[in-house]
Amino acid sequence: MNNNQANSKSPSQLFLKGVWDAAPLIIGGIPFGIIFGTLSLNAGLDIWQTVGLSSIVFAGSAQFVAIGMLAAGTSLGFIVAATLIVNLRHLIYAASMLPYVKHLPQRWRLPLGFLLIDEVYAATYPHHINNLKDKNNHWHYLGVGLAFYISWNIATLVGIFFGQAIPGIDTWGLDFAMSATFIGMVVPHLVNRPMIVAVLTSGLLAVLTFHWPHKIGLVLSSLTGMAIGYYLEQRMQGKK
Amino acid sequence: MEIWLLILLMALVTFGIRYALYAKANAITLPAKLEQALKFSAPCVLTAIWVPAVLMPQGELALTPQNPYLIGAVIALGIALWKRNILLTIVVSMSCFFVYKHLILV
Repeated sequence: MNNNQANSKSPSQLFLKGVWDAAPLIIGGIPFGIIFGTLSLNAGLDIWQTVGLSSIVFAGSAQFVAIGMLAAGTSLGFIVAATLIVNLRHLIYAASMLPYVKHLPQRWRLPLGFLLIDEVYAATYPHHINNLKDKNNHWHYLGVGLAFYISWNIATLVGIFFGQAIPGIDTWGLDFAMSATFIGMVVPHLVNRPMIVAVLTSGLLAVLTFHWPHKIGLVLSSLTGMAIGYYLEQRMQGKK
Repeated sequence: MEIWLLILLMALVTFGIRYALYAKANAITLPAKLEQALKFSAPCVLTAIWVPAVLMPQGELALTPQNPYLIGAVIALGIALWKRNILLTIVVSMSCFFVYKHLILV
């Protein structure tokens, strides 16, 4: 029996495995998408603009930040800046996926880049590092990404239409799904002291600076947490 | 019209961040220091989003059992630390949240 042959999965198998691996995070994403569709209309956007945000921008937390700022009457420049800051973390995802996409042609890298959100990274990165020998792992990435993209957009549509049909849907607390998903994604990272201190600092500062304008508090909290984590890690490595 | 301009700019910024490294993937190596610092980025940003969302759902600090987001988050943290399983964390904490908010608090 040829082991290599047996271990190497076909593109369609890997695509379906990607869809399967995305399922838990999609369960958390659906209520979040529904509440986004509802709140976006409440914030004054029309149906097409709401669809546009989910389908062209495709960035859950940045979409929430943007409609919140729009509702508060914030000017365009600040909202774009906040989008940059809130999504900057995707750079690190791109950096860690780099070794696994660099051999692919641009027609693959373009859509894979577009689909690189928190949940997609969280679901496909472990698959990549655990199946280094498989040559078709980009199909897994695509499966995760498309599954999440399609469900995010369907959830947004559901929010747009049911949000109007069911009064009070915005008081159900569907937005808790975002917090539950983020907690599920953050906790596995808490494996050493620098990371724990970085995350605690970031969370605490985010509460203290919550009322600062233009999401400056979010930026400052994240950057301070990162700086402290980096400093503590350097110091730990220095002692060894 | 200004909203469409905003959507377009947000799309450009977002795609730019995600695609920038992929665009020149074969030519790029990140400085090791930057990579080490960026490792903290996702957990820190995500936490800076969810902590205020659960501690101050109405915009003011609500550290009471009357705050279902707080109860849900404590349960989510407990399960995540105990089982390290994302699906279980999401499903159980969301169920607890809805039962608590709609059946117990009411």
